[in-house]
Amino acid sequence: MSSPVPSPPEQDSPQQPSRTAALSIRGLAKRFGDKIAVNGVDLEVPAGSFFGLVGPNGAGKTTTLSMATGLLRPDHGRALVHGVDVWEKPLEAKRLMGVLPDGVRLFDRLTGEQLVTYAGLLRGMDRETVAERTGDLLRALDLTNDAGTLVVDYSAGMTKKIALASALIHAPKLLVLDEPFESVDPVSAANIRDILSSYVHSGGSVIVSSHVMDLVQRMCDHVAVIAAGTVLAAGTIDEVRGEATLEDRFVDLVGGRNTAEGLSWLRTS
Amino acid sequence: MVAHLLRLKLTLLRNSLKRSTAQLVGVILGGLYGLGMLAFLVSGLVFLGSADPELIRTILVIGGSATVLGWIVIPIAVSGVDMTLDPARFVTYTIPMRQLLAGLVLGGLVGIPGLVTLIAALTLVITWIRYPAAALTALVCGLLAVVLCVVASRLVTTAVSALTGSRRFKDVNGIVAFLPLFFLGPIIGGLAAGFQGSPGFAGKLADVLAWTPLGALWAAPADVAAGNPLLAVVRVLIGVATLAVFVLLWSRSLSHALVTPPYNAMTKKAGGNLGWFSRFPATPSGAVAARALTYWVRDPRYAASLVLIPLLAVLLFLSGGGAGGAFAFVGPIAAFLLAWAISADVSYDNTAFSLHLSTGVSGRDDRWGRAAALLVFALPATLVLTVLPLLIAARMEDLPVMLGLALGFLFTGTGLSSFISARYTYNVPLPGESAFKAPPGTNFLMFVVQFGGWLVMLLLALPEIVLTIVYFVSGDQLYGWLTLLVGVLLGGVVLLLGIRAGGRWYDRRAPELLLAVSRNR
Repeated sequence: MSSPVPSPPEQDSPQQPSRTAALSIRGLAKRFGDKIAVNGVDLEVPAGSFFGLVGPNGAGKTTTLSMATGLLRPDHGRALVHGVDVWEKPLEAKRLMGVLPDGVRLFDRLTGEQLVTYAGLLRGMDRETVAERTGDLLRALDLTNDAGTLVVDYSAGMTKKIALASALIHAPKLLVLDEPFESVDPVSAANIRDILSSYVHSGGSVIVSSHVMDLVQRMCDHVAVIAAGTVLAAGTIDEVRGEATLEDRFVDLVGGRNTAEGLSWLRTS
Repeated sequence: MVAHLLRLKLTLLRNSLKRSTAQLVGVILGGLYGLGMLAFLVSGLVFLGSADPELIRTILVIGGSATVLGWIVIPIAVSGVDMTLDPARFVTYTIPMRQLLAGLVLGGLVGIPGLVTLIAALTLVITWIRYPAAALTALVCGLLAVVLCVVASRLVTTAVSALTGSRRFKDVNGIVAFLPLFFLGPIIGGLAAGFQGSPGFAGKLADVLAWTPLGALWAAPADVAAGNPLLAVVRVLIGVATLAVFVLLWSRSLSHALVTPPYNAMTKKAGGNLGWFSRFPATPSGAVAARALTYWVRDPRYAASLVLIPLLAVLLFLSGGGAGGAFAFVGPIAAFLLAWAISADVSYDNTAFSLHLSTGVSGRDDRWGRAAALLVFALPATLVLTVLPLLIAARMEDLPVMLGLALGFLFTGTGLSSFISARYTYNVPLPGESAFKAPPGTNFLMFVVQFGGWLVMLLLALPEIVLTIVYFVSGDQLYGWLTLLVGVLLGGVVLLLGIRAGGRWYDRRAPELLLAVSRNR
């Protein structure tokens, strides 16, 4: 797997956010009460890359992505989308981004079709384009037959897919997807991967968070490992994993692996 | 195991208090209110002891029956008032049925309603203290009756929770089951009139209730006091038999619920119908308006306020002395309530609000969209509700003043709500919950915002209110027309200012708004 734009992230000085990267995060930090959720995260998502953000539960992935997309105000640090500061020029930055947040509700009393239309109209797109793209997205995500069903009655995987459609409607330059494959069935997941791959080939950039290492290793060209609110390693997949698989490398970095000695009673024979 | 379930309930209660100070204050206020009620109840019951046994019996049987009825009806109305020990959550554990039942009954007593009922029932011993045998009977019967209350309420909850698998049922039930409570006032008024109309009415009612499962246990001590132990035994038997049947039914439905996970039947529907989205302009504010209007119909939390407005008219007609009295003010009152209805709009969105944030909707578009959705139906509704009562009462000469007051309230209130919903958030029923469900430890901030908001609204509409009073005192038509003029102009100005201020606040603080609403989950 080679990255279409193999610009190493260390090109820019660590203090100066990159102007060319699709997403450039510098020193983002957030504290909730006594708990430091994100502790100075630096990330470079090169333009045209398929970037995986991996980390154990509670590592600060969602918090980082929320701050990078303008949903959560950071205590420190900056986030730039194609050179536009998310917190200084939010409207301009948000036009460039498509966001699939994790763990938020949707306006689920709308039908699937209405929800995607709503997302398009909120972006100020015209009615014809919205209608055309909504139809295309529903078809691509295999939701056409449920377009008129209320989102509240959707299954978890369908809900994820309709949220993804809402994030894609305005053809953003950068896609920020938090756990896009959670509870999505294998066929739909493969379809989504195809959509994302061709999106990247056509010049778009994607950052996905996930804890499925195998998926990230196959799908992404760049990866960052994050734990306890800090970046442990970042770069191309091959740089980060070296000789090992990404999963082994991840466990090395994050630690906390128990040996299989325990639970001796949990044996059926 | 029973002790475990009890401890679980206590831990849940304690942890729910730890979440925020505002919630804690709310619970303390609720507790103080409960304590006050309890003190009132207990002293009343103690004093009742010195009354004539016949009167004691009448009051206890009617009051007791109402208590049992309350325990049965309220959980349906508030669909899942206390689901902390929801049987569905025990599906994967192998708890023996007998212990699960006992644990759930005791768990049901933990909490303000359970404790108040229990203490009140035990106080009956003091009420009957002049008749020792009756006091002893009261102790046994009181405890049995409390268990009956909890079991009946649990039975109803379990039976309903089997139905609530379907979202549509939940939506409709949340509104419909509340209606009897809404008319509680007139019902009690009717009963009170019955009591006053014929002195024997209460006694007769008690006689009937004493033979029903609702009142039998409460009547038994009175029979003992009246020297009729045989009758008392029969009443206790009625009560015990009821309890046995309820426990049997409950354990049946519980074991059924434990092996039948909730299933939501879904019908596939193809698209093609965009509803309001194809009727409003294809702009961000038009889209917000279309979405909000869709929610007024589809979300039971909003639809409930729509149902309540015509009911309010009926209620005012019934209790306000027909067409001439309070009924004439239906228009202004409805306008006031409708305008206030969007004051918690962002809280109602909950985290779905993040879509507005990530799409970068401007505060102006967001505020205008929500206000427009309200005005689209609230304006005609206000006009109709203002004109109709005056037509019925043949008081059309009052139309200008009433219209001025109603429109003043509507515009002023919409402006104020547009500002408040962007500025303050508080815990509201979550999406999908009943409109009348009080969120856990309904907090202090909510009361402050609600009452503060109403006060500010009355202040902002003070010119219209003063002019209305002057009109009715002086009877001069001029003041009527002045009210209309001020209502439309001043109201319009407050509307514009409110939307602008709310929009500015939204533009600056939208991420903080999202954070605030995401705490309510």
